[in-house]
Amino acid sequence: MDVKTRVIEILAEQAVLDPSDVREDMTLEELGIDSMGLVESIFAIEETFDISVPFNANEPGESEFDISSVAKIIEGVKHLREQQAS
Amino acid sequence: MKRVVITGAGTINALGRDVPATLEAMREARSGIVPLIMRDRERLAVQIGGQVQGYEPEERFNRQQIALYDRYTQFTLLAAEEAIAQSGLKFDGELASRAGVVLGTSGGGLTTQDENYRAVYEEGKNRVHPFVVPKLMNNAACSHVSMQYNIKGPSFTVASACASSNHAMGQAFWFVRSGMAPVMVTGGSESMLCFGGIKAWEGLRVMSKDGCRPFSANRNGMVQGEGAGIFVFEEYEHARARGAEILAEVVGAAMSADAADIVMPSKQGAARAIKGALSDGRVNPAEIGYINAHGTGTAANDKTECAAVADVFGPHADDLMISSTKSMHGHAIGGTGAIELLACIMALRDGVIAPTINYEEPDPECALDVVPNEAREAKVTAALSNAFAFGGLNAVLALRAV
Repeated sequence: MDVKTRVIEILAEQAVLDPSDVREDMTLEELGIDSMGLVESIFAIEETFDISVPFNANEPGESEFDISSVAKIIEGVKHLREQQAS
Repeated sequence: MKRVVITGAGTINALGRDVPATLEAMREARSGIVPLIMRDRERLAVQIGGQVQGYEPEERFNRQQIALYDRYTQFTLLAAEEAIAQSGLKFDGELASRAGVVLGTSGGGLTTQDENYRAVYEEGKNRVHPFVVPKLMNNAACSHVSMQYNIKGPSFTVASACASSNHAMGQAFWFVRSGMAPVMVTGGSESMLCFGGIKAWEGLRVMSKDGCRPFSANRNGMVQGEGAGIFVFEEYEHARARGAEILAEVVGAAMSADAADIVMPSKQGAARAIKGALSDGRVNPAEIGYINAHGTGTAANDKTECAAVADVFGPHADDLMISSTKSMHGHAIGGTGAIELLACIMALRDGVIAPTINYEEPDPECALDVVPNEAREAKVTAALSNAFAFGGLNAVLALRAV
């Protein structure tokens, strides 16, 4: 499974955009994804990749999981997949 | 309009099995938040809570009762027993037919639902116990109090998530104040600390894995608790005529809806409820010496609540004390306002302000006197109890010393 494609699909669905309109340099704010949309996206990511994402909605900016851009999220998911592959 | 006083109080929660034990724990700034004991604990991401541990239902109830009483009903009945015994009231004749029971709960018999879903889905059973419905229903606790004490007037259950018991007590207060009922048994109960209950909260990702630190800059979420608080609200002259001990006076209540977001709180909605309770009780804001905060330990609540208090009280916000006892007993959801009312009674009657424990780092957005880490002696003549629920439903009570 291509991580990048799937993560973009998940975020695009949340943002009600076509995946082709989601660029890697975009932030969640630019995508129009609010805190509830983010929690739902992370749930979808966990279910899709069978990983556990360290994320606390109280302090999204301070979680180990970097959500500052689409690229960072993709990178984080790749990292977690390697870490949690067993 | 009648005056309304509290003539009985009862509780069971993570801090104690009754009111004296709970108030002692608050005075001593003890935490009731512990590693959870429950089936499949290893599958939980959040493994702490304000759990009532070492509690054996068999010590307090017989087999037939346990078949009908979910844990939240058991908590209610234990707290009601303490409260009604303290009040000294016997419900018969006209008093019985006019007095009522209004209680709050969010999940009701959630433990019963959890256990029976397991039975049919996980264990593949095709049959459940015949009393599952009367055991799990949200009004079960209210009905059992009414049956046990022969209370036959207006009785029902209120559900507004984390504000349930404040909505219930506000309604009960108005019933007595209007003269409709001379006595109301009121408060709330919750027992959501079951596997499914915690899993649901985990999903929202607002739970702390390591502790409840309201107003502290390093807070990272709420910690769930459980328990009940039950009170006897009585018309003042009725209480005086029989020489009852008066714990405090309830003077005002207000309710508001944010009409904004299903989880994010609104400063305006909270401020309207606080202001409303003051005006309903004809309390001058400068009289308020203590506020029992909703204080969940989430960034969203704590900042919004402090901003609302600052808005309503202006410069006086810096003179009053505001603490979150959830730091000690956890967030008992639909029962939490009732457990927290005990801290208001302690402030007004005993002159002891319950602390916000686990306070480690000041947060400039919560720059109020949160009574950090140690209880404080102070003379307080009027107090508020805040509750702001998911769904934007708010209820605030105003009390005075008698």
